[in-house]
Parts: sequence; structure tokens; C-alpha cells
Amino acid sequence: MSAIVLPGTTVPAQHVNLKLGPGLIQRTGAGEAGPSIISSRAGTLNHSSNGSKWWVESNSRRYVPAPQESVIGVIAQKVGDGFRVDIGSAHSASLDGLAFESATKRNKPNLKIGCLVYARVSLAHKDMEPELECFDAQTRKSEGFGEVKGGFLVRCSLKMCRDLLDPKHFLLPLLGARFPLEAAVGMNGRVWVNAKEPKQIIAISRCIEAVDPDNGGADEAGVKALLGALDV
Amino acid sequence: MRPPSPSIPEKEFLFASLKESLRLDGRLPMELRAPILTFGDDLGWVECSLGKTRVLAQVEGKMVKPLPERPFEGMITIHSEISPMASSEYEPGRPSDEEVTITRMLDKVLKRSDAVDKESLCILAGQRVWHIRLTLHFLSDAGNMLDCACLAGMVALKHFRRPDVEVVGDEVTVHEPTERAPIPLAIHHTPFCFTFAFFPDPATPPIIDPTQLEQRLSAGLLTIALNAQRELCVLQKLGGVPLDTDEVLKIVNIAVQKAKELNSIVDARLQEDWSGRKVEVR
Repeated sequence: MSAIVLPGTTVPAQHVNLKLGPGLIQRTGAGEAGPSIISSRAGTLNHSSNGSKWWVESNSRRYVPAPQESVIGVIAQKVGDGFRVDIGSAHSASLDGLAFESATKRNKPNLKIGCLVYARVSLAHKDMEPELECFDAQTRKSEGFGEVKGGFLVRCSLKMCRDLLDPKHFLLPLLGARFPLEAAVGMNGRVWVNAKEPKQIIAISRCIEAVDPDNGGADEAGVKALLGALDV
Repeated sequence: MRPPSPSIPEKEFLFASLKESLRLDGRLPMELRAPILTFGDDLGWVECSLGKTRVLAQVEGKMVKPLPERPFEGMITIHSEISPMASSEYEPGRPSDEEVTITRMLDKVLKRSDAVDKESLCILAGQRVWHIRLTLHFLSDAGNMLDCACLAGMVALKHFRRPDVEVVGDEVTVHEPTERAPIPLAIHHTPFCFTFAFFPDPATPPIIDPTQLEQRLSAGLLTIALNAQRELCVLQKLGGVPLDTDEVLKIVNIAVQKAKELNSIVDARLQEDWSGRKVEVR
């Protein structure tokens, strides 16, 4: 059962080990009985079965950086040792030249302006420039991060990206069954896709746009009809 | 805030697929996005959308004293300021290049081409004329706002009805819309605007009605304004792409065909809307 909440609505979340997800903040109640939980976004309120995790599901197109999220960025500028990367947020992010696997002071990656990188947000605060890194901090291995070449960049809403990252969502397996494809999904509303023929890449881009909740949210049957019409 | 230029994969993919005549939204190279015209309650209020590009046009009329050097003609003014609502790359107060281009083209296509008969706007020579004011609001920019704006403006001018005015000697009586049916503006011809985008590789064919990505990556744009009677009003070329006469004539012929199609669509929509409004004649 999910209720629709607006920003400022008090949420009845009570648990011993309460964990608040996106869209909920805790306000210390002055004078009344303890702190209260209120929602900061408009959307549907969800919680886990045992009531310990609560969050608000909402959709938007403007990305707000949060740590440990994988994003796709476009290199905008070379600044000293590192790069300035556009990830679609209010501030552009900084990516250090040494934040790549096997990068040393002599051997830095040669990224040109306009290149796409798949990176992870390592630091993100409300009023500061976010920072990115292109490797896994623990293992110092690339784990798929770094420059992505070729292919095409598709823009979509944030909810669509979250759906694409869900292994139970139907779209990518459905497309993958028809033709081999590569995809890198960024949480900032950008998806990089690659396939052998331009026709196939265009088909993927149009299917993502069709399934996007902003454009109507086509379901599996709708996508199959669209693919039939596109002849891939 | 200027958005960054498109990334290298986007650019290379667009050029590679356009070379094979494949457009990103599945259209043919010479296929327009289907225009959707929505009329409001007021006469002269039209919203035109070409795919995700949306422009709103509104026409108002009031009676003023004419210019001393032109006592027999009415006045038409066009207001088209692009606000950041269209896209975050437009700043309020500072006209961007695109805004200047659109303002100039609208002026040439809607005013200088004499689409609306100014002498019919005269009520009492030297003292009272109609001042028609067309305001355009750019709601969303998904490429090719110019064509959308011209279409919205032209359809709004065709949709607008001004109050009936009776002149007896020197006395001017304005009849209410409830007393006498308002009358349409005298329109000589209906010009439509078509924009074609050219790309740096000469092997890539030109495309009509570019989307935002195609417009940003194009090497040059050719805009043709003409009416369904094969009369050219404006031919504007932006960008240094070399074109020879054969290519230009081919483009003009395509534009003529599109103008005929668009004219029949616009007429059908106006007819449909007009039959839906109740006009009582007593």
C-alpha cells in the first residue's frame, strides 16, 4: 500500500533501526514529542516489509549528485592535473587525472574534450563541486569505469535509469535477446548504448524513450510492436 | 547557461547514421514532425507543437491613431522573446543568436511579405486604425523553433476575429461580439517556413525539420518561407556550407510540396475548430 505524499507531509515511520531513503528527512521537533519524519519530495511513499526502511519514489530529470552513484559524464575542460566533467548537475564535477586504474604521475589518461566517461561519485555535498573517480576505491581496479568509446548517449528521466539498473526490468533483456548490445547506465539520466549497426542503436534509443515514464511508459507489448515496426 | 557541446560519441554516431539516411527519431530525411494545433477559448490563441517543440501564439487587436506618414494603414507588431522556459541555454534580457534570427525571420515572413492586408485594418483614415499585436511564447525547444513559431503565428492570425466596426461620417461604433459576429483579418496568402539542415560531409543528404541535436551539429541551415501557390517569400541561409544551384532547386521543390500538405492540414484544423464554436446570428 503506497500513499502519495507532498513535500512537507509528516510520515508515520517508526522503527528501532529506522533507515531513511531518498526523499525523507528527519526534523528535530522543538517542544513536541521528539523528532518527526517529513518528506521533501512529491511522490509515492514506500517502505520495506518490516518497516525499517522508508523512502519516497519520485521522478525528475534534473540530477542531484549523491555519493557512490555511477554516472556518465562528458569531459568539458582540462584543469591542471584533472578534468572538469559535466554530469548534468548544478555544478560540474571534478575528476582527478590519477583516479584511474594504473595511472601514475607519468602515465595519465589522455582524455579529450567531449569524451564520455563512466565514473562513480566519490564526494557530493549540497554546495560543493562533486568529485568523481574512475575506479573502485577498495580494489583500485577499473570495474568497468573509465572512458567509453563509440556508441551513442541516450537521455532519459531519472526513474527510467533506476528501472534500467533493476535486474528484473524487462527492457534490456528483451533487446539483448534480439541483438547483442552493450549499455552503461548512469544515475544522472544518461545511458550509453552500443551495438553493431546504427539501426540497432537507433532502435534501442527509441525503445528507451518509449518506455520512459515521462513519455507514457510503454510496456512489453508496446516495445515488441515498436521493434516489429523498426525491423531489427 | 550555455549547455556543453555534444559529446564525441553523439557527434560521430549522428554523422554516421545520417550518412545512411537514418534519423535518430526514425523519420525519413524529408519527413516533417506532424504539427499538432490546439486552439484556446479566445479567438487568436493557438498552441503549435512539432514533436516536443512547442510555441504559443496569441493575437490581440486594439484601436489606435495611425502613423502620420501612413494614415491609411493599420499596424502589426510581433513580440517574440525567448525565455529560459524554452531551454536553460536562453538567458532573460540578453537576446541569443537564435532569438535574433527568429525575430528577423518572423518580421520578414509575417509582416514584410504582406500576408495580412494592412489597408483593411483602417477604420477612419488618419484617426483610427487597428493595431494587431501578435505575441509568441516559446514553451519548449526540441529543435526548429523557427518553423514552429511561423506556423503558430500564421495560424493565430488566421484564427483571430476582430470586432465589427461601423463608421457613420466621423462617428465610429464598435459592436460587441455578442451583437455582431466578429470578422476575420484580410489575409492575402499564407506563408509557411521550412528549415533544412546540412552537414559537413558532402555525402550526407540534407534533412528537414532538425531536432535539437541535429541543429547543434549541423554545418549550415537553409530556411525557405513560401506559400501553397509556389510563391517564395524568404530564402535564408545560415552557415558556410557550399551549395550549388541544383541542390537549392531540389530543396525548393520539396518545400513547395510540403507547403501544399501543410496548407491542407491547417485549413482542415481551422475548419474543425470553427464548426465547434457556436456563433449565433440574430
